[in-house]
Amino acid sequence: MKKQTHFAVVLFILICSFKVKAQETEDLLSLVDSGKTGKTFIKSAFKSTRVINGHSMEFLSPGTMDFRILHRFGQLDQGYKNFFGLDQASMRMGFDFGLYRNLMIGVGRSTYKKELDGYFKYAPVMQSTGNKSFPMTVAIAAGITMNTSPWADPTIKNYFSSRLAYYYQLILGRKFSERFTLQLTPTMVHTNLVAIHTQPNDVFALGAGARLKLTKRIALTGDYFHLFNGIEQGVNYQPLSIGVDIETGGHVFQLHFSNATGMNERAFINETTTRWGKGEIRFGFNLSRVFQLKKKAKTDS
Amino acid sequence: MKKINCLLIVLFFTGIVSAQDKYFTKTGKVTFDATSPGSPEQVEAIHKSVLCVLDSKTGNMQFAVTMKGFEFERALMQEHFNENYIESDQFPKSEFKGIISNNSSVNYTTNGEYKVSVKGKLTMHGITKDIETTGSLIIKNGKIATNSVFTVLLADYKISIPGLVADKVSKTAKIVVNCLLDPLPVK
Repeated sequence: MKKQTHFAVVLFILICSFKVKAQETEDLLSLVDSGKTGKTFIKSAFKSTRVINGHSMEFLSPGTMDFRILHRFGQLDQGYKNFFGLDQASMRMGFDFGLYRNLMIGVGRSTYKKELDGYFKYAPVMQSTGNKSFPMTVAIAAGITMNTSPWADPTIKNYFSSRLAYYYQLILGRKFSERFTLQLTPTMVHTNLVAIHTQPNDVFALGAGARLKLTKRIALTGDYFHLFNGIEQGVNYQPLSIGVDIETGGHVFQLHFSNATGMNERAFINETTTRWGKGEIRFGFNLSRVFQLKKKAKTDS
Repeated sequence: MKKINCLLIVLFFTGIVSAQDKYFTKTGKVTFDATSPGSPEQVEAIHKSVLCVLDSKTGNMQFAVTMKGFEFERALMQEHFNENYIESDQFPKSEFKGIISNNSSVNYTTNGEYKVSVKGKLTMHGITKDIETTGSLIIKNGKIATNSVFTVLLADYKISIPGLVADKVSKTAKIVVNCLLDPLPVK
């Protein structure tokens, strides 16, 4: 009896070892591949670091610079005489820099109010997959704008601080699939000096931005900010932009229609003076060209 | 009883012996170059954590490469590689499973360089194709250095190169494989 059990054990081991062997010839890689995947951060949630007007959850890669040229044309309803608004243009030129995978800074200047702006954007957590993954990106953006046009009334005492405004933004975004990305951006804009005493110094808004990828290189985008205060009937409106992103390899073209002309947060949130309903829409585009400033160390052996 | 013990010991040893037939690395290198002639920028990347296992007994050779591990000089090129060309979210891994056709001519216990030809299946971008290439095995003090160079046609793997970038990105990619294999330890 005892002999028989021993025999059975040996037979069992033998069978097992054969089984293992059979598997080994099939898949050698499973011998060394733990199957665990390291943490990888989600990239390409948007084609660009801006949805259209507002910041996106996307960051520039470290060591790159994004040169951005933005144009906003006149109203479409001006018709043929003004070539549907293309006769007038307001522009912003900007330089954005990627410092770390989750930190970028940028500066720009707009023709409207001869305004300078600068900002930083930082993500404490980023959407990732694999080990210790996180389902969404949480980022903050903060910026300052400075109006450099001549004082409206030079005869009175003017303060430098009157030129400044600030904005603070929280970006909560998720790339749901290869095609669809959605983000919400609660924003506060503080203006040191407002034009009329009825306008609030602090404006609160909730932004929403989305992307729907149509092909590998073309995507539909939408960008909307809902203002909770500071909307004055007949004076300003909620900015809504709808556009198409086209990536050509080196460039990203963001063509869009919008009722906003401002190209920094203060300008397009506080000072969108036309509305979609009346056909006061404008064509505009953002052109983005990314340059590699810092060459990665090539450790080719 | 004694017989069985003996048998067990023999079994144990055969286990060790068969395990020592295998060599592996987790830090193999694969580079590819898909630069069009006359392109102003180099379309090339390097991967430094390629998995490779070689069974010296059977000549079976297998490689695994995670697509996101390819490093480019230009960050934007790396993004486009992952997003538009190789689509690494959809197809995260590339694998080669093949066999050394002239494995019997390689003496794994003596130092030296051996020319080998390898035949197998390369899976990339979700498509599997038969490929055949030559390379060398350099055996030195129980370690094996493997080298191989081969070219693949990107269209074979349904990787399309749009006309807009055809002056930079070639229709073929030259792939260079370099691995230094250690004996696979017994678990």
